[in-house]
Amino acid sequence: MTGALSKVYFFLIGLFLAAPMIVVAGVSVNARQTLAFPPKGFSLSWYGEIFLNPEWRNALFASLTLAVLSAALAVAIALPLAWFLWRRVAPWANIFQLLGIAPFTLPPVITALGLLTFWATTGFYGQPWTAVVSHAIFFVTLPLVTLSLGFTAIDRSLVEAAATMGADDRTIFRTVVLPLILPYIVSGYAFAFVLSLNEYIIAYMTVGFTMETLPIKIFNALRYGYTPTMASVTILFVATAAVIFSLVARFGDLPKLLGAMSSDDT
Amino acid sequence: MRREAPQKLGDYGPLFFPAMMLIVFFVVPFATMIAVSFFQRQQGGFYVPAFELANYQRFLSLFFANVLGFSLMLAVTVAICCVVLAVPFTYLLTRMARKVQIIWLVALLSVLSLSEVIIGFAWSTLFSRTAGITNLLVMAGIMSEAKALLPSFGAVLTGMVYQAFPYTVLVLYPALVRLDPTLTEAARTLGASPIKAFFTVVIPALRNTITATLIMVFIFALGSYLLPQLLGRPQHWTLSVLITDQAIYQSNMPFAAAMAVFLVLVTLGLVALTVLAGRKGEAA
Repeated sequence: MTGALSKVYFFLIGLFLAAPMIVVAGVSVNARQTLAFPPKGFSLSWYGEIFLNPEWRNALFASLTLAVLSAALAVAIALPLAWFLWRRVAPWANIFQLLGIAPFTLPPVITALGLLTFWATTGFYGQPWTAVVSHAIFFVTLPLVTLSLGFTAIDRSLVEAAATMGADDRTIFRTVVLPLILPYIVSGYAFAFVLSLNEYIIAYMTVGFTMETLPIKIFNALRYGYTPTMASVTILFVATAAVIFSLVARFGDLPKLLGAMSSDDT
Repeated sequence: MRREAPQKLGDYGPLFFPAMMLIVFFVVPFATMIAVSFFQRQQGGFYVPAFELANYQRFLSLFFANVLGFSLMLAVTVAICCVVLAVPFTYLLTRMARKVQIIWLVALLSVLSLSEVIIGFAWSTLFSRTAGITNLLVMAGIMSEAKALLPSFGAVLTGMVYQAFPYTVLVLYPALVRLDPTLTEAARTLGASPIKAFFTVVIPALRNTITATLIMVFIFALGSYLLPQLLGRPQHWTLSVLITDQAIYQSNMPFAAAMAVFLVLVTLGLVALTVLAGRKGEAA
């Protein structure tokens, strides 16, 4: 396609992606209590509100705790599984890889409802830790995919060399495999963390009435009308996601993580 | 180190924790849900073990058939809009410098990770009367008075395309970035215009990828539950909305479960189609 045409096309797509965020950013610095765009006056007080208002602060804290713990659990499930599949020939073990990818592939309401019936049946419904487990299971796909990709990138002759020198599995994992796989662990964690931070339906259906995460808080607040704090929270979320993905891109190979060849090949 | 078959029981050690977690917290809940879909509902939100098909019968009644029809139609429309917008976009993106690609990928991932609540809130602001886009049109003198553009089908569609577009690009990206550039170069050498080369060489080469993407975006859109509520009217509600509604507000878990099982069947059928399309592609 010709250069000018593609520039116009990219500009329009960029505008489409940015437009809601521009309006919300405008609303978030509005000086008045009402929702207005273009903004009337300028104030950062709605950003302060997230940390000063106990309700918003608690929701922020709940979301952060949930994301930190569930992403860690997701990595803890994905790492040994991906390592086993790389190290061993056990075709039937692939079924666990499928199981790890399934929750994320199905419409989220299904995983949410399955977990809701499960927690209700076992009597744990409403416990905060059930949200951590639920999110970890739902997002285990992300570290599983990045880690599988990371393992395929490891040169097996390196590991072979270590084995010839007499290193056992444990030593090889710690000294050779782990350093090579670390960037993929970090990016898998980052993906799970950001998506968990933004996740709504699983948290809502499993602990929605006992624990309020930020997305749940925004949704509940929406029913009683708008407050500019929602806008500032939204901008905070987009900014967090952009910063984390930029860091992944800065220290890792983002196009490769998303399926391109490594940069050396192109 | 070559891959070896596990020699002794200890070699299965690493598999233990992931397998246990996935079985206990995914397979068992899934089976529980299927079982509950056959249970009998009791007054007051409880249910007792039974085997009856009443929940499925109720689902197949006319009202829910309409909801299912609307959900499928909406998801198809979203999938088509996204693929039509995303194929040329992703193709052009993969031909750009890696640095530029990374900036776009970060932006797309950021939008993709946004919760439906936030997307719904952002678009309802953009479409609102007080803080919406029509205010800009008024300022520009195109419109005389600001007005609300929601709730409406257009608003639901816009919100869902917004949500699904980054997903579509990221699904297309691996296939397009690995597309052999000599294909189009050959067409260009033979005198085809860039647009003609795109439609006669790139699109046919990607036929199976595009089919698979359509189905994946369709499933993704089928999972949308908040945008129809936030941006549309009750007649724009989808199956996911009804499942949540029955489970949480009507406390009718067996019925919610029956609808969810049905949704799984539809989804699995489509995944099977994707795999089949992929196989055919490899054979061709």
